[in-house]
Amino acid sequence: MSGAAVWSDAVTAARLFAVDPLGTGGVMLRSRASPVRDAWLALLRTALSPSGPVKRVPSNIAEGRLLGGLDLNATLLAGRPIAERGLLAEADGGVIILAMAERLSSATTVHVTAAMDAGETIVERDGLSLRMPARFGVVALDEGIEDEFAPASLCDRLALHLDLNAIGIRDAGEFSANAEETAAARAQLPLIEADADQIEALCSAASALGITSLRAPLLALRIARASAALAGHSRVEQDDLALAARLVLAPRALLFPQKEEAAQPEQPPPLTEGEADGSGGEDLNADIDRALDEVILAAVQAAIPPDVLATLRAGSAGRSHGRSSGKAGPLQRSSKRGRPAGVLRGALRAGARLNVIETLRAAAPWQAVRRREAAGTGEESRPRVLIRRDDFRISRFKQRMETVTIFVVDASGSAALHRLAEAKGAVELLLADCYIRRDQVALIAFRGSAAEMLLPPTRSLARAKRGLAGLPGGGGTPLAAGLDAAFMLSDSVRRKGQTPTVIVLTDGRANIARDGGQGRPRAEDDAMSAARQLRGAGIAVVLVDTSPRPGISGETIAKEMGARYLPLPHADAATLTKAVLASIG
Amino acid sequence: MATAFPFSAIVGQDEMKLALLIAAVDPKVGGVLAFGDRGAGKSTAVRALAALLPKMKVVVGCRYNCDSDRPADFCEDCRVRAAKGGLKSAQIPVPVVDLPLGATEDRVVGALDLERALARGEKAFEPGLLARAHRGFLYIDEANLLEDHLVDLLLDVAASGENVVEREGLSIRHPARFVLVGTGNPEEGELRPQLLDRFGMSVEVKTPDNLADRIEVVRRRDAFESDSDAFVTKWAKDEGKLRKKIIAAREKLAAVSVPDVTLERAAKLCMALGTDGLRGELTLMRAARALAALESAKIVTDDHLRRIAPSALRHRLRRNPLDDAGSSVRVDRAISEVLG
Repeated sequence: MSGAAVWSDAVTAARLFAVDPLGTGGVMLRSRASPVRDAWLALLRTALSPSGPVKRVPSNIAEGRLLGGLDLNATLLAGRPIAERGLLAEADGGVIILAMAERLSSATTVHVTAAMDAGETIVERDGLSLRMPARFGVVALDEGIEDEFAPASLCDRLALHLDLNAIGIRDAGEFSANAEETAAARAQLPLIEADADQIEALCSAASALGITSLRAPLLALRIARASAALAGHSRVEQDDLALAARLVLAPRALLFPQKEEAAQPEQPPPLTEGEADGSGGEDLNADIDRALDEVILAAVQAAIPPDVLATLRAGSAGRSHGRSSGKAGPLQRSSKRGRPAGVLRGALRAGARLNVIETLRAAAPWQAVRRREAAGTGEESRPRVLIRRDDFRISRFKQRMETVTIFVVDASGSAALHRLAEAKGAVELLLADCYIRRDQVALIAFRGSAAEMLLPPTRSLARAKRGLAGLPGGGGTPLAAGLDAAFMLSDSVRRKGQTPTVIVLTDGRANIARDGGQGRPRAEDDAMSAARQLRGAGIAVVLVDTSPRPGISGETIAKEMGARYLPLPHADAATLTKAVLASIG
Repeated sequence: MATAFPFSAIVGQDEMKLALLIAAVDPKVGGVLAFGDRGAGKSTAVRALAALLPKMKVVVGCRYNCDSDRPADFCEDCRVRAAKGGLKSAQIPVPVVDLPLGATEDRVVGALDLERALARGEKAFEPGLLARAHRGFLYIDEANLLEDHLVDLLLDVAASGENVVEREGLSIRHPARFVLVGTGNPEEGELRPQLLDRFGMSVEVKTPDNLADRIEVVRRRDAFESDSDAFVTKWAKDEGKLRKKIIAAREKLAAVSVPDVTLERAAKLCMALGTDGLRGELTLMRAARALAALESAKIVTDDHLRRIAPSALRHRLRRNPLDDAGSSVRVDRAISEVLG
């Protein structure tokens, strides 16, 4: 698609979203911070009704601010607990903009999606128990590059997925959108009808595209309604359906639609009353149905760039069931908050987090006594709640960094299959142990001329099993490439605030250089320099030497990496797991 | 609170619906965990159940939902009031209490009532979510993401049926027996094994993959959203029937007999699967009995066992990471071995 076409779709998306922010869920906008993105957001603001609030949610927002809780100032002034609305409740009737959605913590994501589902926020915090309406549309700004994506559970609930990375501000031509038009369409929206055939057509199109989630056809239906309302139709027309399919279904497609699919005739014939008064009439009906399906599929096909699908297919190869949507990326997890570990009496030092509610509770029983004392001294302008230093309660958090264990497995040569099988077993054993430790595991394999990430950091056994099914083996030993990949992953893991531990399984006999060239000396030089890189960054590494006769080459590499050297000629999954657990500590 | 989608209008998801109904018939079965695909209607089903449940009898003014018909289980307040005489009872909807992920400990277990403490200097206990959920359901959406310190609290109370509060100079204990219902998506992380063990039944939820069902789901959802009142009215008759079925099953439950041969088969099934402890057998038997009661059967048969065994045992298998077969497959295998 040309830049102008992408922009025109983006404009349409903004207008549709403005008509029904609640029903359509929202917009996932994948784009760097750029003038195009600013232009789109400005456009959205002109389309939205001016009365609704627009709230920006930073990705590191505190839970209390998001959900609401105790208003400290008001509480102390009034001498009784006063609640403060959270950002989600403040956005009721409007729109929230999630900044840097690709870095949203799982906690924030869950609160947003729960509020979207229930239309309210439920607060059980700080001695308060509140339900507040929170009906809002979501604009998720996803600045991720490559495999960083906004959380899949959020994307699933947002009807419109836009990608503006490819276009420049030059493509962003003039646009027309205004609040009056939106308001008129909103008024029209409840009256728009969609008939059973149209619902059926959207469902079959979603199935043909390999989309599992049922939210997709439902959201497509709402977009079709919004489109009809904008266009001034009294009911959903064919072009509304085609537009909905292009904007909602196409970006989620996992399969390229097959024309004349064998599955089509299996559909139950639509039950239409009073129309089927002859065989000719039924044929006609079937023809119209097929035409409807084809219009939708054609709309989708036009919107899917062929190479995108090729990569999607490669990504989902081996999955029996296209379970996750195309946007499923590695989930972000924040470890910054640590695990609350109780409350202590203490002084307010720098960095200590005062637990207001516990402090007030500690002070409460003494109020009568203190007031009497204070009255004796004749203080007139005393505060309503008298708090002494003894009352201060400090929240304690157990600061345990999340560990990501990265397996780097030599999948080359003849021993590869055995080594891979054991590494796979160790990964799964570790994961079985992980949910107590809340750690993550990743796996990189190297063979032939390159390294490949077989399992991005995950805590999910289900995902690991899928990712590890059918590991390839054999070929040369590009040890340098493997170590480089481990270094890069460790680096990105660190930037997320987690601690990487690298476990290398190899016999240490590198024979492929970084540039893919053959020859032992150059390959070994490259491997050494890659190893030094790991040591330089201070990353914890364990090298498991799996060669039948552990030799000097493995030990040398380990020394260069500053790694623990562990000769395990017959490494099996259980021994490996034990060794790893011992080294993580 | 918005109108809930009618339980009987949920398309497919038979395993999940059955498990929830069984939990409604016999709370002792011990709760339901529904794990599975996004957008498959897990939360919808739980909310729908809340609207479906028959009302329950409580002491008016009791903060712990004491049952007015069972003075033996009264909380301290009710005992004092009962001694004076003049307790009134009322019918209220069965509580289905949300445990939101951002909840703080004080709201879950209860704490000093801040308002009364500050304003009047009184030391009073303000009950938390656990008290509110007594005799009802405690629902955790995204249970696998619940913070560890909240999980720890739950584990203890779910096992003992009593909430013991020792904080801020308060020393309170009150009954807290509830049916734990959790939902989640396994792609986002596993559940802690200890918490997993607290659920009586676990069901796997998949988005329907046949087109006719998918169309029906979207169609009903659309109709519900366009005019929820009309939709609820349309389904009111089915809901009423189902509600009556639950009430009838509760009454019949005690009369359903479990023959020795069935007990033996249940034990064999658990042994074949190597489930730890007796809890598996007990749950399997209770769930099968509730199922029989729901179907107005007087005796629990192999067929009841067969149908309920996957839900009752799936999450109790000892984990074998090297066995690629999912736990459902292993349960099915054992069922066909033992029950033929």
